[in-house]
Amino acid sequence: MASEKAAEVSAGDITRREFHTEVAGIAALSMAAEVAGAAPAGFVPGIPVALTINGQEHKLELDPRVTLLDLLRERLHLTGSKKGCDHGQCGACTVIVNGRRVKSCLMLAVTLEGDKVTTIEGLASGERLHRMQEAFLSFDAFQCGYCTPGQICSAVAALDEARAGVPSAVTPRLASNEPIQLTEDEIRERMAGNICRCGAYPNIVAAVRYVAESPRKA
Amino acid sequence: MRAFSYTRAASVAEALSAIAGAPQAKFLGGGTNLVDLMKMGVEHPPQLIDITRLPLAAIEERPEGVRLGATALNRDVASHPAIRARYTVLAEAILSGASPQLRNMATNGGNLLQRTRCYYFYDPTYAECNKRMPGSGCAAIKGYNRIHAILGASEDCIATHPSDMAVALTALDAVIQVQGPGASRSIPIHEFYRLPGATPQMDTNLRHGELITAIDLPAAASDPAATVRSHYLKVRDRNSFAFALVSVAAVMETEGGVIRRARIALGGVAHKPWRVAEAEQALAGKKADAEAFRSAADILVRGAKTYRHNTFKVELARRSVVRALTTVATTA
Repeated sequence: MASEKAAEVSAGDITRREFHTEVAGIAALSMAAEVAGAAPAGFVPGIPVALTINGQEHKLELDPRVTLLDLLRERLHLTGSKKGCDHGQCGACTVIVNGRRVKSCLMLAVTLEGDKVTTIEGLASGERLHRMQEAFLSFDAFQCGYCTPGQICSAVAALDEARAGVPSAVTPRLASNEPIQLTEDEIRERMAGNICRCGAYPNIVAAVRYVAESPRKA
Repeated sequence: MRAFSYTRAASVAEALSAIAGAPQAKFLGGGTNLVDLMKMGVEHPPQLIDITRLPLAAIEERPEGVRLGATALNRDVASHPAIRARYTVLAEAILSGASPQLRNMATNGGNLLQRTRCYYFYDPTYAECNKRMPGSGCAAIKGYNRIHAILGASEDCIATHPSDMAVALTALDAVIQVQGPGASRSIPIHEFYRLPGATPQMDTNLRHGELITAIDLPAAASDPAATVRSHYLKVRDRNSFAFALVSVAAVMETEGGVIRRARIALGGVAHKPWRVAEAEQALAGKKADAEAFRSAADILVRGAKTYRHNTFKVELARRSVVRALTTVATTA
């Protein structure tokens, strides 16, 4: 994305992403040094876990404290998913696990044995963007862009939920099990787990509604 | 977060044996509250026993009601046709809570066991909290207590229970099925939660080593011929993704405009979902109108004790009861 590139270039010799990777590397080294001697108090041996992320299988050994978000960002360098609040309130870390959107900051990665994770990096097919990504661009559905990967992952899964008949707090006649009509109210309620501090909500709703209402390409 | 060991239980027997010898260990469900509390430094279990792979995720319709598996996800309960049609109050309560992402993670058992959102409990930089550190005092009583209890509180704790689902389950007379090391037992939900008293660190009467396996919903109507309607009303500071200031779960059977049976539980007002038998008895046989609803509401908040910032909750609770019952009575 253009904004991402600009940030990287403006940091000079070392890109923002490289800087973060370096710092994480130094922290990992100093931890490794401690581990090399006697195991310090609190040391927990790695737990093996195998999971699939964006179609690629990973076999890992993880400290049980590692959240899915930290695994994605710090270890696998999939930095599209963002850490906003780290407490499950902002939605910037939203990813899709086994078809369901979740907050990756509250999920311990060791619990995901055999699971399939889709992140913002896994939505496009090669150079072809996902329809929701295209719609966010067309409708100018972001400003700073920080919450956008979470918004898009959330929106993609929200449409699947609506198609599967999952109701929301504003679904009329809840008892009658009618098909879901994705009105503006429905979209706003279903996207309530994703905060946009810039306040791009009107355009986010428009983008989601466009994708919900336009026929799917093959 | 402090270090802990992790065990993935493949069976209920394995989960029970893992926790039997580990007095500080905890079961891990969806983790939406426990993992957050561990990050905050409020909870620090040395061991987590992951129960999300146990075969307890079914939602079964049975002749006598519906059995909700302990590890069934909140989203799946709220989406289930039988819950939406016959236990509408429960679907509404679940959908009014948290966000879609959290409802996709949260289990039924975990929802029941979520801990209070009292600011002073949730933030260990406050030295005083009898629930977090027994004997340390209660910062909320003399602090900012707008979200706190008006009923059933003690001098040691004025926290409220944050679950919406538990309020609906209380109005529905749900029964919690529990498996312990030796035996299983059934706990009616009104005996499941505790008032704070002098031991606010204990939220429930679940014993260490016991695992919630299911939540049973009895038949929706007392008489198969009767019509039961129900509704969950949640009053909060913003329209979505916020905890209740006051909530009402109302379940009512009527016949020709006359109330046969009413069940009302209040949320956001006490350490447990609040139900008063006398208020419900006062409604039985009465015409379903505002006057009857108001008198029931008065009985429900009888004995309320308020603190500096939450006086508003008494009248808010009263009006919410009237509104919830009116909605039930006028829904076709």
